[in-house]
Amino acid sequence: MTLKVLAIDDSRTIRELLRQVMEGAGFAFTAARDGVEGVAAHADLRPDVVITDINMPNLDGYGVIDAIRKGSVDSDVPILVLTTESGEPLKARARAAGATGWIVKPFDDVSLVSVVRRVTGAFG
Amino acid sequence: MANPILDTFFEEADELLEQLAEGLARMRGADPDAEVLNSIFRAVHSIKGGAGAFKLTDLVAFAHHFETVLDALRSGTLDLTPAIMHTLTRSADFLTDLVEAARDGAAIAPDLSAGFLQALQACLGDMAIEAVDAWDNFEFAAITLDLSPLDEPLVTGFHITFRPHAMLYANGHEPALLFAALAELGSLTTTLDQSGLPDWDAFDPMQPRLSWRLDLRTDDTETAVQEVFEFVHGLCDLTIAPLRPTALPEPQAAPLAVLAPLIPAAEPAAKATLDDKPETRGPKPTLRVDLDRVDRLINAVGELIINQAMIAQRFADLTGAADEDLGLHIEDYRLLARDIQEGVMAIRAQPVKSLFQRMSRIVREVSGDTGKPADLITQGEATEVDKTLVERLADPLTHMIRNAVDHGLEDAATRVAAGKPAIGTIRLSASHRSGSVVITVKDDGAGLNRPKILDIARRKGLVAPDADLSDTEIDGLLFLPGFSTATAVSNLSGRGVGLDVVRNAVAALGGRITIVSVPGQGTEFTILLPLTLAVMDGMVVEVGGQTLVVPITSIIETIRPQPADLHRIGTDDILLSVRGRMVPVIDVARSLGFRAEAEAATMPYLLLVESEALGTCALVVDAVQDQRQVVIKSLESNFGAVAGVSAATVLGDGRIALILDTEAIAASRKPPHLHAAHSPFDTGRTPHAHA
Repeated sequence: MTLKVLAIDDSRTIRELLRQVMEGAGFAFTAARDGVEGVAAHADLRPDVVITDINMPNLDGYGVIDAIRKGSVDSDVPILVLTTESGEPLKARARAAGATGWIVKPFDDVSLVSVVRRVTGAFG
Repeated sequence: MANPILDTFFEEADELLEQLAEGLARMRGADPDAEVLNSIFRAVHSIKGGAGAFKLTDLVAFAHHFETVLDALRSGTLDLTPAIMHTLTRSADFLTDLVEAARDGAAIAPDLSAGFLQALQACLGDMAIEAVDAWDNFEFAAITLDLSPLDEPLVTGFHITFRPHAMLYANGHEPALLFAALAELGSLTTTLDQSGLPDWDAFDPMQPRLSWRLDLRTDDTETAVQEVFEFVHGLCDLTIAPLRPTALPEPQAAPLAVLAPLIPAAEPAAKATLDDKPETRGPKPTLRVDLDRVDRLINAVGELIINQAMIAQRFADLTGAADEDLGLHIEDYRLLARDIQEGVMAIRAQPVKSLFQRMSRIVREVSGDTGKPADLITQGEATEVDKTLVERLADPLTHMIRNAVDHGLEDAATRVAAGKPAIGTIRLSASHRSGSVVITVKDDGAGLNRPKILDIARRKGLVAPDADLSDTEIDGLLFLPGFSTATAVSNLSGRGVGLDVVRNAVAALGGRITIVSVPGQGTEFTILLPLTLAVMDGMVVEVGGQTLVVPITSIIETIRPQPADLHRIGTDDILLSVRGRMVPVIDVARSLGFRAEAEAATMPYLLLVESEALGTCALVVDAVQDQRQVVIKSLESNFGAVAGVSAATVLGDGRIALILDTEAIAASRKPPHLHAAHSPFDTGRTPHAHA
């Protein structure tokens, strides 16, 4: 079963990198360019996992998590936050906001895929 | 370049740098708007993020410092002072340099980087800048050393108790997945503890009641086990205790398999919708295409247009055989070909915004170097022109902008004395005007110093000492090769070239440049360019039995002169009177050598054209045939530069017609008081049209 990944990031570079890695690992990949687009894409596509940037125009990553968690569609989807920080305050904030986990930029392919697999159960 | 995503990064970085420059421009002078600050913060942040992915260390380090300052401004811990604004602007420029250097694989002097980093640190005063996160967070996560005494028995596993909170489920976690991850470390035994379940009446499905006891036999460290629970830290009650070999319980009967039903079965029906809908939302989707492919298409469309014109011509020649139906089809064909052509041209069109934004940096630099305060105001940034034009205008425009600040503007004291604002203004604008692109550079300086220009031209022998020139003619002297108005040779605007280089660059693009200057009020340069370099609108004329094409952009007016309007001066020169103004008449046939000097020219048609060498002048043509779009075919690769001719085209009947270079034609017939030293006809070469 191909799992669906929705990535929300305003950076084209990061979207393309994620696409390369995720499609390479056999996931079906869709990208959104900002928070508002991302929340709508989540409702439309019902992905198995959402990867979201934090600093974005229109609606930031925390806003995305909040909208999905409080929404009526797949509100318990695993959501991974893309961040450039790796300190404990960020982690605490992400957890409190309702993120399932985080990926620290710059990410390497192996760890990215392993984190996504960890939260989706796509093992092997 | 090997990595297409790296290309994407550089493309995107350019856009982000534009966004940054735009934001900074909006911040100047005004109280920074939170959204503007956010947008410039995001621009720098995104560049840092992308650069990190490609291990562009210098770029990341600098962007990180930059971002820290912006973040402090955004959060209000730092106030925006003029000094900080200055540092931000310069940092944006330096960031542009770093991106450029990364693209070219060039190195930036370390002391330069250090200087900029220090300047940013200085903005923050005592506030610290956190170290940039390492590249390899994942590979080198901190490892807790196991400090247990060596003589103790080795740990062979862990006993784990795990009781999820409601929040754990709410955050999208699934205990089964955690257990599966644990099972990857070794052999796992799970025991479900249902003792927390209340009576059916008291059951609240939203309240988690279950807990698990897990025994993991593994050679891995406790850190590895902790990592599995990293994301759920604080979202569950968790204890992890090492197992000693003696305390190892017997593996129980049902390992992970028990959990299988807990893993939600995916619904196959819902999945199909995604795969065929990549990036369906958001702003206009774009497609990146190799430029070569577009150019191949443009060439093919050019051929199509020629082909269409030939068929139309053939049909028109079939007089008598008036097949109206066929005529309509041919007309449809023409319209379709034109549509396709316009569509293809639009692919190459680009807004001039990126070009204009580079210019604000030039103004800042020259302003800084000369000590003349100046602001750049841009208009019409969304005007779209051919990609090649955008690229090839960069140098001439840079030169003109430098000139405008360096030579155009007065120093602040002089300006104030003249009752002007101390800060000079350079206006850069772009617009479309009847099939052409118009770009103007206007300063509000002192205007051209005409006596000085004339004086220099005389001393350099560019004009006869007794010549009496009109203002337009004097202004035109600026475009002569080797002319420079700066009394001391300025390296800034000069860079060893004069405005003649600008004019040549514009002419090479099929355009022309003019000056209008008002003493005390400033100088305006106008560049008129064709919309595209592949086709142009031309007037098909006949001269001395040859068919020529004159670019529409250079024609002001077509005139059928009355004999009374023509005035013969001396033996050779004829002037045309146009609404009270005298303009020189140039016999194109003689200039190009189609007609012997002695032969008297009849003058059925005159084309009024604008030129730098002569100002307005009139070109003699024998007949005007048609006005149409022609495909430009360069002659240079086969014939080198041909004086008086800029290119060639193929007409509908298959004949080749030369495209006239009106500027060169005008320059060939300078009035006697201007020396003909720079005539392009010195080579003595004469072009002939081929049949």
